[in-house]
Amino acid sequence: MQAIDRKLLRDFQRLWIQAIAIALVLACGVAILLTSVGMYVALSETRTAYYERNRFADVFSHTIRAPLSLVPEIAQIEGVTGVEPRISGHAILDIPGRTRTAVGRILSFPESSNPTLNVPLLIEGWFPDPTDTNEIMVNAPFAEANGFHPGDSFSANLSGQKRSLTIVGTAQSPEFIYTIGPGAMMPDNEAFGIIWMSERAAAAAFDMTGAFNEVALSLAVGTATEPVIDALDELLEPFGGLGAFDRTTHPTDAFLDAELNQLKGMAAILPPIFFAIAGFLVSMVMSRIIALERSEIGLLKAVGYTNTEICLHYLMLAGLIAVVGVLIGWVAGTLLARTLAWQYAQFFNFPYVIFHVSYWVYAAAGLAGLATTSLGAVQSALKAANLAPAVAMQPPAPPRFKRSVIDRAMTAMRLTQSTIMILRSVLRWPVRSLLTSLGLALAVAAVIASIFINDSLDEIVDLTFYQTNRQDAMLLFAEDVPETVLEDVRNLPGVMQVEGQQFHTAILRNGHRTKRVAIDSRRPGTDLSRVLDDQGEPIDVPPGGILLSRRLANHLGVKDGDQLETEFLSGRRETFELTVIGLVDQHLGLGAYVDLEYLNALFRQAPQISTVNVTLDDSQIDALHTAIKDIPSLTGIIEMNVNRRSFQDTIENNIVVMNTIYIAIAVMITVGVSYNAARIQLSERARELASLRILGFGRGDVSYILIGEMMLIALIAQPIGWLLGAWIARAMTNAFTSDLYAIPLVLKPAVFATGSLVVLGTAFVSVMIVRRRLDRLDLVSVMKTRE
Amino acid sequence: MSEIIFRTEGITKVYDTGEVKVYALAGVDLELFKGELTVLLGPSGSGKSTLLNILGGLDHATEGRVWFDDTELTEMTDRGLTKYRRDHVGFVFQFYNLVPSLTARENVQLVTDVAPDPMPAEEALGLVGLGERMDHFPSEMSGGEQQRVAIARAIAKRPQILLCDEPTGALDSTTGVQVLEVLRDINERFGTTTVVITHNAEIQRMAHRVIFFQDGKISETRVNTERLAPSEIAW
Repeated sequence: MQAIDRKLLRDFQRLWIQAIAIALVLACGVAILLTSVGMYVALSETRTAYYERNRFADVFSHTIRAPLSLVPEIAQIEGVTGVEPRISGHAILDIPGRTRTAVGRILSFPESSNPTLNVPLLIEGWFPDPTDTNEIMVNAPFAEANGFHPGDSFSANLSGQKRSLTIVGTAQSPEFIYTIGPGAMMPDNEAFGIIWMSERAAAAAFDMTGAFNEVALSLAVGTATEPVIDALDELLEPFGGLGAFDRTTHPTDAFLDAELNQLKGMAAILPPIFFAIAGFLVSMVMSRIIALERSEIGLLKAVGYTNTEICLHYLMLAGLIAVVGVLIGWVAGTLLARTLAWQYAQFFNFPYVIFHVSYWVYAAAGLAGLATTSLGAVQSALKAANLAPAVAMQPPAPPRFKRSVIDRAMTAMRLTQSTIMILRSVLRWPVRSLLTSLGLALAVAAVIASIFINDSLDEIVDLTFYQTNRQDAMLLFAEDVPETVLEDVRNLPGVMQVEGQQFHTAILRNGHRTKRVAIDSRRPGTDLSRVLDDQGEPIDVPPGGILLSRRLANHLGVKDGDQLETEFLSGRRETFELTVIGLVDQHLGLGAYVDLEYLNALFRQAPQISTVNVTLDDSQIDALHTAIKDIPSLTGIIEMNVNRRSFQDTIENNIVVMNTIYIAIAVMITVGVSYNAARIQLSERARELASLRILGFGRGDVSYILIGEMMLIALIAQPIGWLLGAWIARAMTNAFTSDLYAIPLVLKPAVFATGSLVVLGTAFVSVMIVRRRLDRLDLVSVMKTRE
Repeated sequence: MSEIIFRTEGITKVYDTGEVKVYALAGVDLELFKGELTVLLGPSGSGKSTLLNILGGLDHATEGRVWFDDTELTEMTDRGLTKYRRDHVGFVFQFYNLVPSLTARENVQLVTDVAPDPMPAEEALGLVGLGERMDHFPSEMSGGEQQRVAIARAIAKRPQILLCDEPTGALDSTTGVQVLEVLRDINERFGTTTVVITHNAEIQRMAHRVIFFQDGKISETRVNTERLAPSEIAW
């Protein structure tokens, strides 16, 4: 090893705390890149493999009732390679030991016991016996949440007949990666399950002998889905087809896609920020090292080292920091990605995870880290290379200070000399002060951009559960029922207030833009389920048109007053041109509203409803559940507080993890920036501070100069950080907006305060650590050392 | 002692600070001979160090020409000067300029790593009497020892010229004499042309020739007919 390389290693050893502080920031960038890309790849490849192995269908459709004789015709549609008809229906379940009702989605399991599409993956037990009408298989998350194992039984209300069902197996399916019950907003595995039963039993229960009401198709590779969907719709239309859709509209796939997009966003936004900060820190530290090693650089030149050799020497020092950071990032990123991928797998009920991060991701993360640190070091390294040797051997000229307006102002303000020293130093190197501030501002922004979500979600919960959906529960009917049912519901135990609501699946079209939605219709003046305007005031849907949520309107490219083609997929399957009569802001779902009376007039029928919203007397809830379990026309009950709790639990779990990660990141950035800045400041001012001590300044007085400058810069960082944080928060709410939800931008003062406290506190602790060096300052030797 | 190794013609060095022009050298004509030990004597600011920097290829003259053997230094590019320093020149500085993170041996290796025909670092350190302290860091050595390491570093490349800028300036008399002994020893043993800058008038007595500087010019040149050994000098 050459002597100059040994110098490199020893320099690194001497600077190790500073180097590690920078390396950790860099490691964050590398780790996040690996984690997000690793999880993205794991999630998408697992999804692909799961889809392929279990033959997830390409096209799906629901009908009211179609004859099985239609199946050969469907199979003849061009490009179709497989057709799997089945019977599906909902049933209220009576689970032993559970007073509250649960809802089951019943699916027929083919006679052959060998489904060709959407094949369930058996986890425990075996498939139900095709000849036994009581044997069922349930989805594994439902079994797990309720503590079920093969051999356990519960009863279900199947079209008016209460039947005891015995679980013989548990399974998972690519169709039910994300299982969400009818009317629910979040998955609740305890209250909603998938139940496979023999075709015979399902046909009997739902009066579907010789018929089906759901069909799934697989397509040959490369087949466009649009023509198949059109052909299928045409075939199913006479039988109440509810409109075919492809995989991308399937809730499971749409949900996974939203998740994948978030990961992609994370990979694109966060790592560059870390790389930039690491680059800046390297540049800050390198420029100081070069100032300190001025005479050594002169010497190297004097003995004949070339400019290139000297430049490389300093670049390699930065390279070493990068290597350490990249290595830590690789290890942390791999572990984090692996852990999180498994967590994801559990959340999505994947039976397995295909986890591998390609070498190119490691290589790209490593190169990016190396490139940014080199970029940070290159200016200083070039400066070192270009120092004239004779000049380098001389001590540097003292920095130039000039009297300016600010100085006169400082004098006029009668500031102490120490304060003037602090202010002058900040003003003397404005770029450096500003960049240091910017680094700390990014830390503030990281905190703000992660914790604002808490308030945004509180806002969603408030709007969704306390302003919009104020009912205690929703009773869901299998089919539309006359409004007179409201009276029957009012007579159920514990029911206090009742209001009806109707849902219709429809396709909205504006030119080539289409969206399949559930149109919600209600009477004016409803008090339980309300539509709010932009000011948060409840409004009635005016008759004569359709009211849209703003996101849906944007998606369709329509505005207030436009005409919208609306094809209803239920009832007589009629198509109407409806006028857009208003737009409202909404955070969950893509709402579309029509007045109940107006809609039924269009359908030329008496008003009907499909859902009843109720408020309940808590003391009679158990009695209500007992009563509902015996009402055949009901397919389910949604309790809003259960919904809300499951929404909050799911989100909160994720948010606690995310907040912790982001605050840790902010702390790391702050330590990286403020520790390095303070060390550099101390090294530049050592002689000055020692002189002051000799002149009779106390430790506190000189500490004030060191701490004061750092904290002044940290204070300057705060407003910048607030602005940056608000901007990133806005970008995030936009990026996270999907069909499923939009996150409102709620920025409360407490969020800004938290960001500032975290960063100011961390900066203070960091500078206090550096301050301890002041106590060890050897006054005599400092004064003797030649600059 | 007739062969000329350095020749300068009217070199000037002007430092332009914007407001005033400072003449560090104001037209110096000089010849230095092979194997000669020359002392440049003069008060601070008289231009000695500037001349030494220009001779050593560390600095450019504002005007005038400098030859090393038959090569004109004043025409060389930075790259050429780097090579010139690497191949021919050894420097010794007042404040030793050792790299604190390297041991004595490694400080010398800094030079032997890049020079074309160096002696082993151990040998160079042996020559200055530091064979026993090769693995010590600068902070573990006295000033005289550090300066001897600096000399070992300068001679390890077997330079044709050794340029010493106040080599005893930071040392006490006894230690300074030891350093001068080493310099004379090197000069006699290898015939290395040696230029020593000092403002200590006593040191001139060990030189072959003494050149006096005043205000950026040579004020007087004197040849010593009788040289003293460093041990006979004291200050």
